[in-house]
Amino acid sequence: MHAPHTLQPDKAVIHIANTREDIERAEGALLGALERFGYADAARFAVRLALEEALVNAFRHGHKNLPADTTVRFEFSVAHDSVLMDIEDKGPGFDPGKVKDPTLDENLEIPTGRGLLLMRAYMASVEYLGKGNRVRMVFKPKPKA
Amino acid sequence: MPPSGASRLRVKQTNGITQVEFIDRNILDEANIHQIGEEITGLVDAAPAPKLLISFANVDHLSSAALGTLITVNNRVKGRKGQLRLANIDPQIGEVFKITKLDKLFQIHETTDAAIASFT
Repeated sequence: MHAPHTLQPDKAVIHIANTREDIERAEGALLGALERFGYADAARFAVRLALEEALVNAFRHGHKNLPADTTVRFEFSVAHDSVLMDIEDKGPGFDPGKVKDPTLDENLEIPTGRGLLLMRAYMASVEYLGKGNRVRMVFKPKPKA
Repeated sequence: MPPSGASRLRVKQTNGITQVEFIDRNILDEANIHQIGEEITGLVDAAPAPKLLISFANVDHLSSAALGTLITVNNRVKGRKGQLRLANIDPQIGEVFKITKLDKLFQIHETTDAAIASFT
């Protein structure tokens, strides 16, 4: 399937609670848009993984001291040449500079701290905005060979 | 997906090797990952020097939290002087192991047979 360049960008804003149902509903909306734009399986894998990691960070760290039903705001925009995802939690903010490099030999056996690494590996850009409680990720598909 | 409370693993014991397969195709949900960790830990603790083979044959997606659980299992196996092998990892998930450099930490084999043959 080829990317239909004439299709208007597919956009949505979804408020997600920390339940599998809510997370899968949001992923379903995003992945459905990727499919309509003809994104390949590898792209859908990458985007889904980055979104999962961003949501885990938002709920586990951002909302650590907030009521369990506090929602995260997720906005996406899918076009033929890029996917933008914006995830905003209601926590105090996060400083990505404080995350240890999990790929160093001395950190390989530490079980946490790989989410941001994966987000950065699969996305063209990952930016923390505001007080650090909002992450904006952009995915760019590989040019066709 | 198995019902809540049911095992999330298929476990087979052959010639002193504990073979584990995941029932879920997606290892993403934190509660499920926690349960998987508890179940595998129980298997590791059941043998004095466990030989554990984890197959990813059915797995399409996993998160960094699942990787964290594997690291915890690996640390536990090492602590009990056991051996851990991973096998049947789909190329997309293999890439996740490469990015995180966990392909250096784990002994990963293409097939279950190759993994079984590697136990000493």
